[in-house]
Amino acid sequence: MSDVSKKAPRATDAYEMVVGLEVHVQLLTRTKAFCSCSTAYGAPPNANTCPVCLALPGALPVLNEEAVRLAVRAAHALHCTVNETSIFARKNYFYPDLPKGYQISQFDKPLAEHGKLDIGVNADGTPITIGITRVHMEEDAGKSVHDRYPGVTAIDLNRSGVPLIEIVSEPDMRSAREAGAYLRALKQVIEYTAVSDANMEEGSLRVDANVSARFRGETKLGTKTEVKNLNSFSGVERALEIEFARQSEVLASGGVVTQQTMLWDANRGEVRPARSKEGSHDYRYFPEPDLPPLRLAPAWIDAAELALPELPAAKVARFIADYKLPPIDVEVLTASQPTAAYFERVVKEGAEPKTAANWVIRDVLQEVKGGASIAAFPVEPSSLAKLIGMVADNTVSSAAAKTIFAIAAKTRELPSDIAKREGLLQERNEDALVGWVDQVLAENPDVAMRFRGGDRKLLGVLVGLVMKASKGRADPKAINQLLSARAAAGE
Amino acid sequence: MSGSAVSAVRDAFARMAEVDAGPAGLNCILWTDEVRALQDAAAVDALAAKGALAGVPFVAKDNIATTHLQTTCGSRILEGYVSPYEATVITRLRDAGAVLVGKSNMDEFAMGSSNEHSVWGPVLNPIDRTRVPGGSSGGSAAAVAAGIVRIALGSETGDSVRQPASYCGIVGVKPTYGRVSRYGLVAFASSLDQVGVFGATVADAAAGLEVIAGRDARDATSADCPVDRYTAAATADLGGVVIGRPREYFPKSLDPRIAKRCDDALESLRARGAEIRELSLPHTDLAIPVYYIIAPAEASSNLARFDGVRYGPRVASTGLREMYESTRTRGFGAEVTRRILLGTYVLSAGYYDAYYRKAQEVRTLIAQDFREVFESGVHLLFTPTTPSPAFAFGAKSDPYDMYLNDIFTATANLAGVPAISVPIGDIDGLPVGGQLIARHFDEQMMFRAAFALESARAGAK
Amino acid sequence: MAIGTDDVRHVAALARLAVPESQLPELVSQLNGILSHMDALAKVKTVGVMPAAGVGDAAMPLRADIGPPIPLARPLESFAPQSRDGFLLVPRLATHESAGDDESDE
Repeated sequence: MSDVSKKAPRATDAYEMVVGLEVHVQLLTRTKAFCSCSTAYGAPPNANTCPVCLALPGALPVLNEEAVRLAVRAAHALHCTVNETSIFARKNYFYPDLPKGYQISQFDKPLAEHGKLDIGVNADGTPITIGITRVHMEEDAGKSVHDRYPGVTAIDLNRSGVPLIEIVSEPDMRSAREAGAYLRALKQVIEYTAVSDANMEEGSLRVDANVSARFRGETKLGTKTEVKNLNSFSGVERALEIEFARQSEVLASGGVVTQQTMLWDANRGEVRPARSKEGSHDYRYFPEPDLPPLRLAPAWIDAAELALPELPAAKVARFIADYKLPPIDVEVLTASQPTAAYFERVVKEGAEPKTAANWVIRDVLQEVKGGASIAAFPVEPSSLAKLIGMVADNTVSSAAAKTIFAIAAKTRELPSDIAKREGLLQERNEDALVGWVDQVLAENPDVAMRFRGGDRKLLGVLVGLVMKASKGRADPKAINQLLSARAAAGE
Repeated sequence: MSGSAVSAVRDAFARMAEVDAGPAGLNCILWTDEVRALQDAAAVDALAAKGALAGVPFVAKDNIATTHLQTTCGSRILEGYVSPYEATVITRLRDAGAVLVGKSNMDEFAMGSSNEHSVWGPVLNPIDRTRVPGGSSGGSAAAVAAGIVRIALGSETGDSVRQPASYCGIVGVKPTYGRVSRYGLVAFASSLDQVGVFGATVADAAAGLEVIAGRDARDATSADCPVDRYTAAATADLGGVVIGRPREYFPKSLDPRIAKRCDDALESLRARGAEIRELSLPHTDLAIPVYYIIAPAEASSNLARFDGVRYGPRVASTGLREMYESTRTRGFGAEVTRRILLGTYVLSAGYYDAYYRKAQEVRTLIAQDFREVFESGVHLLFTPTTPSPAFAFGAKSDPYDMYLNDIFTATANLAGVPAISVPIGDIDGLPVGGQLIARHFDEQMMFRAAFALESARAGAK
Repeated sequence: MAIGTDDVRHVAALARLAVPESQLPELVSQLNGILSHMDALAKVKTVGVMPAAGVGDAAMPLRADIGPPIPLARPLESFAPQSRDGFLLVPRLATHESAGDDESDE
C-alpha cells in the first residue's frame, strides 16, 4: 500500500474512486503514419525525417495502410464497432516538437467505438468488464530534450509522425487495483494481436488517467483530474491512490476538486498540478482537409475480424477445457502469447499436458525471465517434449532430467546427446544394479543390519545412497524392488 | 549553346530585363538564376527525345516549392528559404522539357486580390501600370501578359488565377480540386487550394495543364482520374453543348459594360451551336461569407508551422513563447495576421458551430447548386470573371470590399469544380474576362468552349 | 455575435501573434466588419445538411508501409535556424522545471 494510505486519516473510506484511462499505443509499422520515414527506435537525432514529418512548407500527409490494418485489429480485439467512415481532424497547439502546429488525430468520427475488455472475475464468478469508449488513430509528436544543453531545449523529430492508437476507456474502474488489472489485460491483448510491442519503458505504451472521487452510493460523477506522466503500471496504481486520497480529503473538508491536469512524479512519489499547455486548452479541432474520409468496406472490416488471432480469454477457456489444467497454471501459461505457443508445441510433440505445464512454469519461465524471449529459448519445445518422454519411460531419472535441462539451456544440445555424454541414462543392467546395492550395503554395515532386521523405514535412505553411488543412473524403482527383495529374504 | 530551348530562355530573360527590372519595372519576378536556367535549357536541347513542352520557359508562383530558387510566399517569414524538395508540378513540367526561369511575386501567402500584400512590393499591371494586376498570383499573370513567358503556374484558393488573368487580359485555369497535385504548393486553405495555369492563349494554358494534371501518390486529395488531351479540345462546333447563364452572376448592379461583353461572348458561343440556358444557383451570394470563414480557418492552422523552429528566419529571444510571437509577428504582414486571427476565432471554442460548421453546411448547399444544374443536362456555366476591370492601387482599403472581388470565382473553389477565365473584351482599354465553369473533371468541355470563345474574338478583330 | 477586445487578445495568444495594444481597436473593428457579413449564414436553414468534408466523395488513398522516404536535397542543419549534434534547438521554456512539464501559458 502507498505511504499516503498509511498517513491519511482514512477519509478515503467514505469515498469511491472512479477511474477512466486513456492509453496511447504505438503501432508496429515499419514506416511512419503519414510518410515513408522509418519508425526504428534509437536513430541519431532527426535522422528519420523528411519533408512531411518536418512539416516543410507544401508537404502533405498520406496515410499508411498498415497503420489502418493494425488499428482495426486492435479495435476488433477490444470488441469495438469499427466505423465504415472515420474522419481525421487537426488538433491545434504550439509546441516545438509538434512540427505542423497541429497533431493529426481523430475527433468527431473515430475509427472505432463501443468496445469492452474483461479484466478478471468478481467473487461471484461474473466477469469484471470495462467499457471501451473509442479507439482512434493519431500521430506521435517528436521528443523535447530539456537537460542536454544549457538554456535551450533540443528537439528530435524521429518520433514525429509515428502512428499511434488512443484507447479511451469508460470511467468504469473503481480502484487502483482495477486500473492496474485493466492495463495488464489491455497490454496482453495488444501483445497477442501484435499491434504493438506495448513497452512502457520505451514509450510504445503510455497512460493518462482521469480520476475522480464521490461519496459511496452516489451515482453522479465527481469533478475529475487528469493525471499524466505515468511511466509504469505500478506508478499508475500509486499515483491513483495518492490523487484519490488528495481528492477525498478535499471533499471531506468541504472543498471542491478543481478540474486540472496533474503530473505524477515517480521519483518524489507525488502528484502535483501541471501548468496548462494552452490557457484554455482550446485545440480548435476541425476535419483535416489534407486527408479525405477514411472509408473501410464492410467486407474488409469483417475479414479483419476473422483474421484475429485467438485472444487471451478464449485461450484461457480452451487451455482449461482441452488440457485439463488448473486455472492457476493456465493464467501463467497464457500470460503471453509466445509462452502459450511454446507450451502447446511441447504438448503437440507428445508431452503429457500437466507435466509439460510444470516444466514450462517451473523450469522454462525461470530461465527466460528477465526480458528474454521464450521463442528464442535454447531448449526448443521438441527437445523439452523428448526430455519429458525420457523421464516418463525411465530413460533418465527426474533428477538427471533437471541436469540435462540446465545443460541444454546453455548449449542447445539434444537431451539424448547430453544424457549419453554425461552418463545420465538410467542403468537397467541387473548386474550393475546389484553391484551398486552390494556396494552400498557393504559400505554401510550398521544401516544394512538394521534394515535386514526389519527397519523398513531405512528403505528410502538406502535407495538414496544407491542413487548417489550410481550418480543418478540407477532406476530408483528397480533399486527399491531389489532392496525390498533382499529384506524379505533376510539377506 | 544555341539550341531552341537556350534561345527561348535567353529571350525570356531579355524580356524580363526590359520590363521587370528596376524601380519602374513590373516587379513580377522575385527570384531567378539565369545561369542555372540556361544550363537546364542546354540539357533540354541535348536530349534526343523531346518532351511535350521542350524548351518552353515558365515561371512559378513563389508558393510552389523549388530546390534552387527561393520559395517565400511573398512573406518575410520565409525570407531566404530554399526548399530542400521540389513540388510535383515543377517536376512534371521539367520532365516535359519546360525550363523554370523565375519565381513570381504574389500576395503574401496568396491572401489578396491585388498583389498589394507582398512583402516584396506590389506588381504593376502591364496593361496599365497605375492599376493592380489582380491577385494573389499577380506576378505570374503579369509575366505572361508582359510577354516574358507564355506559361506560368499560379495557385487558386478563391480567385487567385482567374481574377488576375482577367485583369491582365490572358487565360487562367483553375482545375477541378484533385486534378493537380498540391504536393509542394504551400498551403493556404487546403480544401480550396489548387495549382492553376496561366497561358498567353487557351492552347498555352491547355498545354501546361495537360502536363501537370493527374494523380500523385504524395497528395491524398489528388484524384485518380484520366487526363484528357486538352490541347486537342479545339473545335469549331459546339452543337449539343448546353451552357447555363446563372442569373445570380448577372445582378442588376453589374457594370453594364461587363454585362454587354458577356452577352457578346454568349452570342458567339450560341453562333457555334451551343444552347444557352438561363438558370439559377440560389446560394451564390453566400459564397463570400462561407469562403471567408473556411479559408481563414484552414489558413490559421496551415500557417502554424511557421514558428521559427525548423526553417525561416527566427527572431532571437530568451523564452520560447517570446521566440514564437516575435518571429511570427515580424514574419506575417497585416492581411495574413488579420486572417489568422479571424480563422482562429471561428474555430475557437464556443464559435465553431456558429461559424465553421455552419459555413461547411452552407458549402454543401453551394456544391449542391452546381450538382443540380449539371445533372439537369447543363455542361458549362458562363459568367463574368470579375465584377470590374483592374482597379487602381489603393482603391480598396476596406478588407471586405476587397473580398467581394471573389464573388464570381469563389463558388468554383467551394464546389471544387473547374473554371477558366478567357479574355472577352476591353473596357476603356482594360481587359475583361469571361468565366466558363464545368463539371468535376470535365476540363475538356471547358477547353472546347474556351477555344471557341478565343477564336470567335480573333475572328471578330 | 460581436468580437471584443478580449476575444482578439485571446485568439492572438492562441495563434502566437503579439498584437500591440495600440492596434487592437482597429483590428476589433475590422474583424467585426468582416464578421457582420457572416451573419447571413445564420439565416440559412441547414437542418439535415451534412457539413462538407473536403471536396468530392473520393475515399482516402493509402500508401504501402515501405520506404524510402522522400529525400531532402539539403540536410536539416543547412536550413534550420539553430541546431547542434543533429538536434534542433529552441529557447528553453521560460518556466520549465523538469522533463514532462507542459509549457506555461505565460
